[in-house]
Amino acid sequence: MAGAIHAQLSDAASDRPAHVTESRGVRIALIAVALLFLALVILLPLISVIVEALSQGWRVYVKSIAEKDALSALRLTLLTAAIAVPLNTLFGVAAAWAVTKFNFRGKNVLITLIDLPFAVSPVISGLIFVLLFGAQGLLGPWLASHDIKIIFALPGIVLATIFVTFPFVARELIPLMQAQGVQEEEAAATLGAKGWQIFWRVTLPNIKWGLLYGVILCNARAMGEFGAVSVVSGHIRGQTNTLPLHVEILYNEYQFTASFAVASLLVLLALVTLIVKAVVEWKSGQRTVESEGGAG
Amino acid sequence: MKGSGKASVLPGFGLSLGFAILYLSLIVIIPLASVLIKTAGMSFSEFWAAVTNARVLASYRVSFLTAFFAAAINAVFGLLVAWVLVRYRFPGKRLVDSIVDLPFALPTAVAGIALTSIYAPTGWVGKLFQPLGIKIAYTPIGITIALIFIGLPFVVRTVQPVLQDLEKDVEEAAVMLGAYRWRTFRRVILPELIAPLLTGFALAFARGIGEYGSVVFISGNMPMKTEIAPLLIMTKLEQFDYAGATAIALVMLVISFALLLLINYLQWRYSRRVQAG
Amino acid sequence: MRIEVRNVTKRFGSLKAVDNVSFTIEEGKLIGLLGPSGGGKSTLLRMLAGLETPDEGDIILDGKRVNDVPPQKRGIGFVFQNYALFRHMTVFDNIAFGLEVKKVKKSEIRERVEELLELIGLQGLAGRYPHQLSGGQRQRVAFARALAPRPSLLLLDEPFAAIDAKVRKELRTWLKEMIERIGITSIFVTHDQDEAVEVADEMLIFSNGRLEQQGSPVEIYRHPKTPFVASFIGESRVLQHPERLIGFEEAVAGGGKSAIIRPEFVEVGLQRELSYPLSAQRGVVRQTFFRGAHLELEVEVEGNRLIAYRSLDREPLEPGAEVLVFIHRLYVLDESSAVLVENPLKTDPMPVHI
Repeated sequence: MAGAIHAQLSDAASDRPAHVTESRGVRIALIAVALLFLALVILLPLISVIVEALSQGWRVYVKSIAEKDALSALRLTLLTAAIAVPLNTLFGVAAAWAVTKFNFRGKNVLITLIDLPFAVSPVISGLIFVLLFGAQGLLGPWLASHDIKIIFALPGIVLATIFVTFPFVARELIPLMQAQGVQEEEAAATLGAKGWQIFWRVTLPNIKWGLLYGVILCNARAMGEFGAVSVVSGHIRGQTNTLPLHVEILYNEYQFTASFAVASLLVLLALVTLIVKAVVEWKSGQRTVESEGGAG
Repeated sequence: MKGSGKASVLPGFGLSLGFAILYLSLIVIIPLASVLIKTAGMSFSEFWAAVTNARVLASYRVSFLTAFFAAAINAVFGLLVAWVLVRYRFPGKRLVDSIVDLPFALPTAVAGIALTSIYAPTGWVGKLFQPLGIKIAYTPIGITIALIFIGLPFVVRTVQPVLQDLEKDVEEAAVMLGAYRWRTFRRVILPELIAPLLTGFALAFARGIGEYGSVVFISGNMPMKTEIAPLLIMTKLEQFDYAGATAIALVMLVISFALLLLINYLQWRYSRRVQAG
Repeated sequence: MRIEVRNVTKRFGSLKAVDNVSFTIEEGKLIGLLGPSGGGKSTLLRMLAGLETPDEGDIILDGKRVNDVPPQKRGIGFVFQNYALFRHMTVFDNIAFGLEVKKVKKSEIRERVEELLELIGLQGLAGRYPHQLSGGQRQRVAFARALAPRPSLLLLDEPFAAIDAKVRKELRTWLKEMIERIGITSIFVTHDQDEAVEVADEMLIFSNGRLEQQGSPVEIYRHPKTPFVASFIGESRVLQHPERLIGFEEAVAGGGKSAIIRPEFVEVGLQRELSYPLSAQRGVVRQTFFRGAHLELEVEVEGNRLIAYRSLDREPLEPGAEVLVFIHRLYVLDESSAVLVENPLKTDPMPVHI
């Protein structure tokens, strides 16, 4: 899915003259059906998390979140994201730079490879690391003899998370940088700027909002990854449980309210992600207006 | 003009490409290769037995059918949502537009437990259907609903930009030739949307067959009935049947890659038409 | 179709795109709406088509008031600036579209489409898609598509704006021929003077939403009625000091008057070349430009910069050369009118009496 920041919704475009739009009755009916569908499919689950989380009152809610295992799950989740996201950002920037500023053979292969995790089931994403680093895996015996634990420990969780979330930054940046072209960078180069200077002073300011959104999205997915992490983690309470895994454990033990309480933290994260996206879209829309106004 | 590799004015080609390839190799290529290596270790008959036993076939059926129907429903309603967002004005439109992305940003496990609690026999919606004897949670219907939730943004966000870029003048041309709304939609607008709809469908479908977190709670995981293929892989892993798990994974990978190629092909074909037109 | 527009006004926000415009167009004429961008011509055209609604005034087609009639029912063919061909349909299906809407029999549709393909010279291309055609071909298909349902009025909105310069000339000659052959009332919008003058039987000049003048190209050219038309049409230039030109001192006396001159009013040359050498003024050639078919001179006369043409048959003149300049006529403008003033000295001041 190319760059999730899509064209600005414009109200002016929505005011279509009568001959190119549907009659008022049809419009109202279509809007109603669409909104009903969205409420049922999307809003309902969202609301249910909050309602269930608070169903036993505020005290129980706070207790569930502050509980020891929940906190260590939170710590692990944050730690994983803190490692995975910067690495993926680095990759995303490097890949986007290589792909959009240069022509080389195999560029399309590279781009398809970047899309790979989207096509792979999360369970399989975890499986491949088990096959590689697990006790019976290809490197299993070697790791065991050196007393290195990857599967059922933090490294495995981080690797699986990196695999699943590495496309996000790249996929945000590539269409953005492609649309911006190479001219500004080439101009800077002809004026004598060195590589890092060009990047910091010319490219980065242009891509900062897309980059921010890519990082935020990557982070949300990293913190929320479930399937892949589930396979590699071993579900060891207090040690290798991330927040989503902890939600699962509580749910399976019928501790519904606690489960939803912890889940509500992740909902909060999702909502923050959406808000950042809206802000980024607004800002990049503004920037387009500015640059058009300036040039005109 | 773009720099062409070494002769380019811009620096950093070697460094950026090198790093990217290294990263990809370590994180993606080598781990994926391990699937191939592992299955190469099985004899063909072992492999075949592993991927065609009844329980495994049933899981493919569950995964594929539910993903297909969910993607089809999303194609219809996703088109509707995109249409309403692009063409009409109503209060709260921007809010609605942001909400469409929620399934994309929400962790799958959270979606899973939320949907299960709603559609279980004691849940808000499940309660309404229980007297009619209709069960939603723990049936393929429940799985389909979860996959509808997951796949919706894919269709909406693929159709939306195309719809937004449609020029008004072709619709006006149809009007001047005597066409009213339904005919104009059917013969002028809809053909333009087939390509993005197909792409969105394929994306939602591909996501659906591999989906785990949001489905594993609501499905009930009954073998032969509501057990999805990813769960079966998980189960086999827990039983240390690595060979079996890997075999199933390989089949799914092959299908997923085929879908990925199809999606890229559709996107390429669409962009070619647009440029030529 | 006979067209009558009465006091039509259209606003976009606080801007009046069309400001109290009235005119009549007789059946069978080929009319050009000409004026600078933003002058309101396209808006007016679209109101005739029903794609916009007037805020005030009436649009009357063949004696009937059509303000409330939807565009589908007006029996008007429209050709768009960017062709607006249906990308996913073949040339055949594009042209057939209007006939299918009317539920015409398949065999009749085929006949009519073939007829039109022959008319536009694209036989054999019926199975092609728009993206396989050149710009000129696409516009011809758009033209055929608009004509297929036999409309009584044909509207064209800057039909050649999106086409290459060379093809444009050929296409507009072709269009004029086609329209004359078919005999349908047609109105086209353009901001290109040459196009309007070449193609139209009659022109309507618009500026800032107002109709400045209506008339044949020759009439408008020779007798501009408003300052805008006088300065817009032809290669007109405003003179800085018209009162210093011999013969026109009185014409521009009094306040609030300006003067406009065109190259064809100016005669420049050496003494032996001029028609009225004794009434001529001294000037200096400032710049020369080779224009392919003639030489263009910029000449300064008493602080006025004029453009004049010089035939290539004559001795070329260089910048700095001293020449004699005779002004045959000028347009003198006050606020609301433009008057063509002949040089009163166009008689030999020293007749030879024998």
